[in-house]
Amino acid sequence: MNIVRKLALSASMVALCCTAASAANLTVGFSQIGSESGWRAAETSVTKQEAEKRGVTLKFADAQQKQENQIKALRGFIAQGVDAILVAPVVATGWEEVLKEAKEAKIPVVLLDRGVDAPQDLYLTSVASDQVKEGRVAGEWLAKTVGSKDCRVVELQGTVGSTPAINRKKGFEEAIASSKNISIVRSQTGDFTRSKGKEVMEGFLKAENGGKNICAMYAHNDDMAVGAIQAIKDAGLKPGTDILVVSIDAVPDIFAAMMKGEANATVELTPNMAGPAFDALDAYLKSGKQPAKFIITESKLYTPADDPKGEYERRKGLGY
Amino acid sequence: MRRLSLSDIAKPQLLALAFILVLNWMVFPGFFNVTWQDGRLFGSLIDVINRGAPVAILAIGMTAIIATRGVDLSVGAVMAVAGAVAATSAVAGQPLIVTLAGALLVGLACGLWNGSLVAFLGIQPFVATLVLMVAGRGVAQLITEGSIVTFSDPALIFVGTGSVLGLPMPAVIALILMIAAHLVMRRTAIGLFVEAIGTNLSAANYTGLRARTVILGLYAFGGCCAALAGVIAAADIRGADANNAGLWLELDAILAVVIGGTSLLGGRFSIPMSVLGAVIIQAMNTGILVSGLPPEFNLIVKASVIILILVMQSDRVAEVVSRRFGRMTTRGK
Amino acid sequence: MTTDNEVVLEARGIIKTFGNHAALKGVDISFRRGEVHALLGENGAGKSTLIKIVTGAYIPDGGTIHLEGQPVSFATPQQAQSLGIGTVYQEVNLLPNMTVSDNLFIGRQPTSAGIVNRKATDEMAREVLSRYGLDIDVRAELSTYSVAVQQIVAIARAVELSGKVLILDEPTASLDRHEVDKLFQIIRTLKARGLAIVFITHFLDQVFELSDRVTVLRNGSLIGSERIDALNRTSLVRMMLGKDLVQHHHTPVEGQAEGGETLMTVRQLGLTGKVQPIDLEIRKGEVVGVAGLLGSGRTEMARLMFGIDIADSGGLHIDGRERVVRSAREAVDLGFGFCPEDRKADGIFGDLSVRENIVIAMQARLGWFKALNRDEQMEIAGNFIEALDIRTASADLPVKLLSGGNQQKVILARWLATDPRFLILDEPTRGIDVGAHAEIVRMISRLREDGLALVVISSELDEIVSYSSRVVVMRDRTLVAELEGADITPSKIVQSIAGQAGEPVAEVTA
Repeated sequence: MNIVRKLALSASMVALCCTAASAANLTVGFSQIGSESGWRAAETSVTKQEAEKRGVTLKFADAQQKQENQIKALRGFIAQGVDAILVAPVVATGWEEVLKEAKEAKIPVVLLDRGVDAPQDLYLTSVASDQVKEGRVAGEWLAKTVGSKDCRVVELQGTVGSTPAINRKKGFEEAIASSKNISIVRSQTGDFTRSKGKEVMEGFLKAENGGKNICAMYAHNDDMAVGAIQAIKDAGLKPGTDILVVSIDAVPDIFAAMMKGEANATVELTPNMAGPAFDALDAYLKSGKQPAKFIITESKLYTPADDPKGEYERRKGLGY
Repeated sequence: MRRLSLSDIAKPQLLALAFILVLNWMVFPGFFNVTWQDGRLFGSLIDVINRGAPVAILAIGMTAIIATRGVDLSVGAVMAVAGAVAATSAVAGQPLIVTLAGALLVGLACGLWNGSLVAFLGIQPFVATLVLMVAGRGVAQLITEGSIVTFSDPALIFVGTGSVLGLPMPAVIALILMIAAHLVMRRTAIGLFVEAIGTNLSAANYTGLRARTVILGLYAFGGCCAALAGVIAAADIRGADANNAGLWLELDAILAVVIGGTSLLGGRFSIPMSVLGAVIIQAMNTGILVSGLPPEFNLIVKASVIILILVMQSDRVAEVVSRRFGRMTTRGK
Repeated sequence: MTTDNEVVLEARGIIKTFGNHAALKGVDISFRRGEVHALLGENGAGKSTLIKIVTGAYIPDGGTIHLEGQPVSFATPQQAQSLGIGTVYQEVNLLPNMTVSDNLFIGRQPTSAGIVNRKATDEMAREVLSRYGLDIDVRAELSTYSVAVQQIVAIARAVELSGKVLILDEPTASLDRHEVDKLFQIIRTLKARGLAIVFITHFLDQVFELSDRVTVLRNGSLIGSERIDALNRTSLVRMMLGKDLVQHHHTPVEGQAEGGETLMTVRQLGLTGKVQPIDLEIRKGEVVGVAGLLGSGRTEMARLMFGIDIADSGGLHIDGRERVVRSAREAVDLGFGFCPEDRKADGIFGDLSVRENIVIAMQARLGWFKALNRDEQMEIAGNFIEALDIRTASADLPVKLLSGGNQQKVILARWLATDPRFLILDEPTRGIDVGAHAEIVRMISRLREDGLALVVISSELDEIVSYSSRVVVMRDRTLVAELEGADITPSKIVQSIAGQAGEPVAEVTA
């Protein structure tokens, strides 16, 4: 066992000494969940872009929402002897076995976007956003914007019981907790979709005196916000003016709405999980530097002051 | 002319709808307020018929299929495909007529595919339509390349959000389709043939009915209805969302048909009652939205109300009720 | 036999109403230990309703039931069963894909430590069945045995489970003579053991052969309950029908066999593996009776003529041209009609109204777009309901609520509404009561007189003899004989079916 480890270590030393061009010539396997949302598609294309930028050979496997496909893909990567593996796990459980196999083969694994229930030594690091923080940033923006004015907020939740819905709700509530003038008066699920977002907002508008009692709308994702904006317009109100619109994700269409003054703020869930992942891998493979166990991506706030047109153009081609 | 008797008015579905509307009014007193705004009617009741329209349209197509002991699980996926086709067509700058024709043709093709599997290959409808239910959404994703294809063609958007005489366009479309489908079923012999096929397929064959042709036609019509619903759903949000458009709506459509009193075992059917079923479901959804109830209760509330409605409809309950109130009715006569 | 035995089960003043239809109007009946009690009545008289009430399947709207003197009310069939009342239905309701011993003991197999003891179960099953004179492999699937064996297993199960009253609902309907004898032997043994046995049948012979007491129901009312020795055939039939029935129609049809004009000629019509090529001339104003045992190819021949199955040899010569009927649809367009053997499975649309059942074939012929409106449908249905004396409370009643005989008339009306030239009737009188039976037979003769060409398949030789102008006999998928005039007698037909008359007497009418 010891000999094997030594051999492997020396082999990687050899590799290091001879491939000075950092991450270049690395082969990395990437097991993606699928393409269930625009954000997911953008993550895939950004990952490919980041790999290309660094000269990394990316082996891409689409799991079509099935864990067994992901495990199969991981075993394939191990058999091919890739240098590292990126995986966006579709579920949290059932990974221990295959992660052990990767560890035994000395292939570092980086988790993207979601965590797993497995011992932390089985993967190198996990790159993800802080969903609670996303909600908090949105809430802080609203608190700052309304100041001391009374503000009745309606909330469009994500799918009931889903982690992002729970966390984004929690973060937002934390941020407005100290502002007694801000209260969430209605909260319903819009299932993260445009059509449900629109339908739920229609209901809220009726229930709140045709929308006249609503000061702001907080949506757990931009898609629901885009649907809700249409509902606000249909009700004869001006989204962005009569009702403030704040949401999370920073997808292109919310910037389009911002350009028209119909949305006020969005918090970015960056599709670029791969960039930090490659950086961590690079440092680890080059100098053996252990990265932090959890790398948190930035939750950047965008408002109409942040060049929505430019942001729209920049994101448009990513497959959102 | 037959006099309208008490039992005609006291259909359990109408009672259920009245019950839900009253319940909505109790949790939200403004429920029945309808105002005129920007050239159209505005209010929760309008939301009910507007939001209920896609499921109603699916149910219109599904009713006769279920009456032949069939089912079409693929309608939700067909909605997504048709929406994707319509959106890409609108983005490509095609006029509305081309966009609509394209989407409906795709729906027709899907329906013919389902109908052929059922009528000519004899595959069980559940299995036959499951194929497209799974594959259809994949096809839609291929068309939209995984993203939401947004469009701004005002004509197409009008289909989803416009209004005629103050009424929302989707509801107008659903109403016209319901009347047309009902007339076609009842003014021609097709309705009778459908009920005969659903009651006893073998006897229908012995009687010289073209059962296979009828079944094929019904699935084709169901596909077209799904496509229409898909166009409306896409036009409503000005975009084709392949991942979510029509998701699980096949189940709502089946439920609407069942609430409307058409048995899953085939036979008698009524398209207007299925539409009423769709309205009942939506009245419940809208009621939940205006009630301010936490979303964790949505499904529990829905399930309880549906169970209540189905219990009200069951023969056994009807028997008990008529026995308990039998004396009253006889005296009333 | 002269003293009445002790009453086990007694029902008094039983009332049951379905909607507006009174199925039972206060019926009294009592079943005695060690007695075979025949329950008779036309279809629709209320027999099955009464049985369902005393077995707990229906809850009566009025009346009382006493079991061994104690008042009881059964909420479920299981409850009735556990109190001693076992039932064997016409369609044996066992589990065909389980073993014989499982069927006998399901739910109460001997267990050790919670695990079913197969060996003990099988041993018990063998022991029980031996009492019924049955020595079979109890570990084989039930479905591998004949209906007769299945019936005995069902009886054994019912007796083992219940043991006081055994109700047999038309147990002999699908048995041959030998099997019937065996069944009767078992019933006599059970009677000697002191069971009260209720026996529902259409066969008067069997009533006189087996029963000690007869109860007759008509239109939901009790007509009478008598000891069998107080009755004769005529008095029994009179009780059932409320009128005397002409019992025998042995006069052969007048020799008009040559008279009719040829409607069509069947030429070498056959289907490999089903029917050997057949030649047959069908004339207007003639009934061609088809005799033969089940599986002789008689129904299969009819299906070929009507396009249910498609012939792979020969065809029909009609309207001056040769053709093969490829679908029922084509047959209907040719002016054919077909009343199939299995009324329930292939004939009636149970949930649809009598009116719709009558107009449907006509509507199919008219096509999708020339729809008959409600008034037209009412007119047509009303005419046929009157003409064929279909007994229904209204034309809008679901046809499944009608008795078997009336359902058969509805199917007949369905075809007559299409104004056919040729009608095929497959077992038109099977499973219908004596009164309707006679009416159907009369109707067949009337249609013949009206100039229709008919092919009537029947197992009832007396019946065939009474209305046929010619009789063809099928055996082993082959048309083996064609009898005319004086040759049409039950004995000649039996000879042909049995193949005892030396050479087959097939006469090909060219």
